[in-house]
Amino acid sequence: MSDVTHYEVLIVGGGLAGLRAAVAAHDAGRDVAVLTKVYPIRSHSGAAQGGVNASLGNHPEGGDDSWEKHAFDTIKGSDYLADQPRAEILTREAPERVFEMEHWGAAFSRFPDGRIAQRPFGGAGFPRTCYAADRTGHHLLHTLWEQCMKREIAFLNEWFLTRIVERDGRAAGVVAMHVPSGTVSTLAAQAIVLAGGGYGRVFSKTTNAYINTGSVTAAAYAAGARLEDMEFVQFHPTTLYGTNILISEGVRGEGGLLTNAEEKRFMDRYAPSVMELAPRDIVARAIQTEVDEGRGFDGPHGGYVHLDIRHLGAEVINTRLPGIRQIAMDFAGVDPIEAPIPVQPGQHYSMGGISCDENGRTDLTGLLACGECSCVSVHGSNRLGGNSLLETLVFGKRAGDAAAESAGDTGVHDSVLVSALGEERARIEALTMRGEGVRQIEIRRVMQAGMTEKAGLFRSEAPLAEAVTMLSELKERYRGVAPNDRGSEFNYDLVDTLELGGMLELAGVTATGALARTESRGSHWRIDHAERDDDRWLKHTMARRGADGSPSIDYEDVIITTYELMERKY
Amino acid sequence: MEPKRFTFRIRRFNPSDALDSYDEDFTLEVAEGVTVLEALLRIQAEQDGSLSFRYACRGAVCGSCAMVVNGAVALACRTQVHAAGSDTITIGPLPNLNVVKDLVVDMDFFLRKLTPVRPWLDPAGPDPERERLVDPDEWKEPEPYTNCILCASCHGVCPVTERDPRYLGPAALAKHYRFLADPRDGADDARLGFVDGDHGVWGCDTVWSCVKVCPKRVPPTKGILATRARIRPIEDKNGA
Ligand SMILES: Cc1cc2nc3c(=O)[nH]c(=O)nc-3n(C[C@H](O)[C@H](O)[C@H](O)COP(=O)(O)OP(=O)(O)OC[C@H]3O[C@@H](n4cnc5c(N)ncnc54)[C@H](O)[C@@H]3O)c2cc1C
Ligand code: SF4
Ligand code: FES
Repeated sequence: MSDVTHYEVLIVGGGLAGLRAAVAAHDAGRDVAVLTKVYPIRSHSGAAQGGVNASLGNHPEGGDDSWEKHAFDTIKGSDYLADQPRAEILTREAPERVFEMEHWGAAFSRFPDGRIAQRPFGGAGFPRTCYAADRTGHHLLHTLWEQCMKREIAFLNEWFLTRIVERDGRAAGVVAMHVPSGTVSTLAAQAIVLAGGGYGRVFSKTTNAYINTGSVTAAAYAAGARLEDMEFVQFHPTTLYGTNILISEGVRGEGGLLTNAEEKRFMDRYAPSVMELAPRDIVARAIQTEVDEGRGFDGPHGGYVHLDIRHLGAEVINTRLPGIRQIAMDFAGVDPIEAPIPVQPGQHYSMGGISCDENGRTDLTGLLACGECSCVSVHGSNRLGGNSLLETLVFGKRAGDAAAESAGDTGVHDSVLVSALGEERARIEALTMRGEGVRQIEIRRVMQAGMTEKAGLFRSEAPLAEAVTMLSELKERYRGVAPNDRGSEFNYDLVDTLELGGMLELAGVTATGALARTESRGSHWRIDHAERDDDRWLKHTMARRGADGSPSIDYEDVIITTYELMERKY
Repeated sequence: MEPKRFTFRIRRFNPSDALDSYDEDFTLEVAEGVTVLEALLRIQAEQDGSLSFRYACRGAVCGSCAMVVNGAVALACRTQVHAAGSDTITIGPLPNLNVVKDLVVDMDFFLRKLTPVRPWLDPAGPDPERERLVDPDEWKEPEPYTNCILCASCHGVCPVTERDPRYLGPAALAKHYRFLADPRDGADDARLGFVDGDHGVWGCDTVWSCVKVCPKRVPPTKGILATRARIRPIEDKNGA
């Protein structure tokens, strides 16, 4: 049927995970296309600053490092919710993936002996975070994009996925909108790899790009795939006061100090042995506690504390943290060589996502996932800094390989895709033609503020229940939403409106899972249940979209093999 | 500081209309600290959903949002409204690229310029088991060029791209030099051939406007001169 374009392997998402998968599937001999709503180099991966973990042992203090120790740190950091064999894959394959990026030209910083430079990062026993100044994500992303150009991999740039077409438990293709023209089309694929990134914009204070709305995750959920551990959301301790642009953990790795309004360091009260280098959740709660107890600074965007690097001196700041200095100057008017940086916690990373195995396989045949949109479960309830760039490389490759292997006749007739296309076109047209109605921004702002306030850093029963109710009400209001642009070309108003529907679904799953989980673990901190409860809650939360549209929740055991449960103390 | 009222005079163009491009005014109360990108997003969300412009990171790292603000090419997300020094802020699309809609320009044209310089590492020998060693001092030469975010700001201010659509342009030539100067690369001779022509390094006017505008401190002109010197070591001294 002429309406349907066919691909062997279709990758959705042009960030690090998607590009790594594309290279793998191409190298395995498949025809590959990458469909992405923004040009790949605009993907949020490019904003990653600090680095990527691998036990290379290049650091003078890292000689005794090993992948097993990296696995241990990852599992402990996850508060034992990570599936242990998967964490072992992540850490065992790390050096090979990092060296490969170097071979492809990535601009890693170097030690004087010429080897890849590594810096200490929170929650790690050794300095194992490989970095490219404080622009690691940018360098990795451009390198992978260059490798795709070299391979002449096809790109469908500025195509926005709206639906995954499923038939009897099998994914057979997608429906997507070409944003420049507004044309909605269907693409058939023998294997689809989802690499759509995180959904941080569900919250009001976030380090994530505007484009991180989780629309790919929402499409998978709508198609029947399960979402895993969505209540685990990482809040980064140090985001720039005001815009919440990330101030990398690398700043503390290089010796940055946190001080409160009394000009005193305070981490000794929360993590005396590692101080500023404690894992993110602990530092984030420490900062918020300082603020809540009146020892922070006050401002129109909430409370904040200081991150001080003046003692490092201009030379170190300019060579190792040039991007951070620029960000502080451009967005807060502060030169960190002369004054401390104002910081506050903000949403940063989604540990949960589309449930998949170590090769990216999801509940639907022919549908794979990798990167931040997925949950292989290597981060459990809390991700260590430097482990998610690593995840995109390790599991991006694995998903690409698996997609190449499983590509083959889907047995689904094109007519299925064509009828899905008809439904999508009708749905989108009805939306654009609605005319009068509530604007998406009104609903979006309520959702974002509500999620930060009620399902954020500190959680408890009543606010979470309110969040769940709020979200069902917002879903109701969303039925009357209307974009005010009826045009076809570059109708971002329409894209935003479509995305909001998915964001409300994901927020709903997050709040529902958080309300049910009556314990504190990693990033999920319940004031009313302050202890980790392994007897009841050493389990993954699995959410499936119920017939009535609300999530139905189930639980699955964590895979525990080598590493014994301990208290997570630093 | 009090929020202040600003007029945003935005250049509009819609390919579906038969109209030429025109200016449209929007007014907005803006608090201090708000960027031009944030103001545009508010106009789009609250006043006119049909206003189109590209953005992603809002942190000056993704390269999506280059445009002309009060006559100067800039990243909208990195430009403060209050710093503009006037109550009316004019906003237009990046020059030297076709306008597709409003502030959206034809990025494919710009990105296609990269293809002829084959912008990927072509290593000197087989890959070692671990990393290739790179002397940090030697790395100082290519390093600034690796920071290019392909925002096309330089393309928008370059007098040569304006008059010669076939000119490779500052960004592609900077990318070219990034690999030429990379001590790991083994394809130098071939690489010099990619850009040895009037639409390549010899096309540059050496007026340094790209260097001045670059938000990432990439110095394309410097790379172009260094490449010329590699092609004709003696002849080129003054950028002739
Ligand atoms: C500021 C910041 C700094 C970070 N620093 C680090 C660090 O130092 N170390 C570390 O390990 N991790 C870091 N992280 C986390 C890490 O960067 C991300 O988890 C990772 O880059 C995600 O990569 P990805 O490929 O999964 O997704 P992304 O890079 O977000 O890519 C998502 C892709 O999906 C596409 N897409 C989305 N929706 C659609 C749709 N509907 N249709 C079509 N395409 C779509 C987008 O176009 C994009 O190409 C950081 C995160 C942030 C926010
Ligand atoms: S050289 Fe600078 S101005 Fe030109 S595209 Fe690269 S980052 Fe932008
Ligand atoms: S939005 Fe990314 S550079 Fe401006």
